[in-house]
Amino acid sequence: MNGAEYLLFILMLSVFLGFELINKVPATLHTPLMSGANAISGITVVGAVALAGNGQGDLAQWLGAAAVALATINVIGGYLVTDRMLGFFKKREG
Amino acid sequence: MDTSVITGLGYVLASGLFIFGLKMLGSPATARRGNMVSAAGMFVAIVVALMDQGIVDYTWIIGGMVAGGLVGAVAARAVAMTSMPEMVALFNGLGGSASLLVGWAALTPDAATFTLVTIVLSILIGGVTLTGSLIAYGKLSEIMGSGQIVFRGQQIVNSLVILGILGGAVMFTLEPTNANWLYMVIGLSLVFGVMVVIPIGGADMPVVISLLNSYSGLAACAAGFAIDNNVLIVAGSLVGASGIILTQIMCKAMNRSLTNVLFSGFASVSNEVTEIEGEIKPINAEDAYYILEAASSVAIIPGYGMAVAQAQHVVKELSNLLEANGAEVVFGIHPVAGRMPGHMNVLLAEADVPYDQLLEMDEINPRMDNVDVAIVIGANDVVNPAAREVESSPIYGMPVINVADARTVFVLKRSMASGFAGIENPLFYKENTRMLFGDAKESLGKLVTELSS
Repeated sequence: MNGAEYLLFILMLSVFLGFELINKVPATLHTPLMSGANAISGITVVGAVALAGNGQGDLAQWLGAAAVALATINVIGGYLVTDRMLGFFKKREG
Repeated sequence: MDTSVITGLGYVLASGLFIFGLKMLGSPATARRGNMVSAAGMFVAIVVALMDQGIVDYTWIIGGMVAGGLVGAVAARAVAMTSMPEMVALFNGLGGSASLLVGWAALTPDAATFTLVTIVLSILIGGVTLTGSLIAYGKLSEIMGSGQIVFRGQQIVNSLVILGILGGAVMFTLEPTNANWLYMVIGLSLVFGVMVVIPIGGADMPVVISLLNSYSGLAACAAGFAIDNNVLIVAGSLVGASGIILTQIMCKAMNRSLTNVLFSGFASVSNEVTEIEGEIKPINAEDAYYILEAASSVAIIPGYGMAVAQAQHVVKELSNLLEANGAEVVFGIHPVAGRMPGHMNVLLAEADVPYDQLLEMDEINPRMDNVDVAIVIGANDVVNPAAREVESSPIYGMPVINVADARTVFVLKRSMASGFAGIENPLFYKENTRMLFGDAKESLGKLVTELSS
């Protein structure tokens, strides 16, 4: 299997898995779900670090460095605000 | 062991943690731990990525991470829960822009056609997400007007932009060394993001931010293809799927198709005035108190107006006093109450309302017959009986919370102005409806004072 097919295969499976998982999230948690999804979409940072650290001083490095900063805002901000929100959700006492 | 094996296994572990974290989000009891599991997955992915042997200089990586981390941490701590829709909109945009930049930076002179196509896709989706989200942010935070912006020839402009993007994208893949095609695609994608969101009114914002949430994931996914990285594809498609599901839920809750939300809005509402029978019956806090005092079952239906009036804490106080008085109190939450999915739930959770007291529309409607008093706070269209009764109404067919089935309905409202969608609400004229005019927070405060004396 060549690279493109392999990646498309992963794509298909993750999309179906995603639909199954998210359908089970109750409506009351939809806002934290969205902010948590914001954090996960910061995954781009993983791709950006290799570009930002190429040491070439070229365009790709600067674009990568900017992408690292932007994606890290998503990762850190997304997870922290989701945690803050989920901390509010409490069950009735007793 | 070869580092590429460690990288591969690390990404597998990270993907597993993301999936497990999302699964734990299936219940409020495990959700917080689920978020931490997901964060652990991100940590693993980043550590593995930093071990990449292609990295020769960490200066800009560390610089970017420190800067981004500080901004993110401060924003996460400082944001008020009423402003979560704006924050999510902004974060959608940041995610999109990061993917745009990664796609752009992934361009090498010897890139294969498949890679070039995925680069174009990540730039296109990322660019649309970026500017679309900024416009959504502007509308939600009311920096700009929240209404629809439509102008003559809009469709023509849009068509030209789409043609330009398509043309630029094709030329770019044929001639990747000519940077002008790339700049054309970037520029037009940014323009397109603006054009897509400006004609959408404020009431449809829950749909728009769900959709942009999805795009931010799809952009990451496309970037994953561009740089041949499977963890980006897994994480990106999970986010993409999540946003699409939320978009569907929001559309269903408004009884509209996505195409209808994106392309028409409520612009074609006829100005035909439907005769509404009955009259408005105002009530003051003191009389409302006597009715509430005798009630044994109370349902509270919040809407965006509750968030605007910052009334969630006094709502909780009222609910406590009613419970102390022996009444059963529940909250009925419509899926599109507020400006984003689940917005009301977070506001009430922040005010210490336990989540098992919050009922979804389908749970509360069958119980409405047994409710003595339904209190509508800053909600309008989501409780509008015209959706069930008036076939000519633009919201006819939209599922609503049937508050009129309760014995008495209190509507807390600032004035008689129509709701966000600008549609008359026959609920206000019903026999069993009483209008408690004024600022929601003040009105509730008066009720609390009456009840606690």
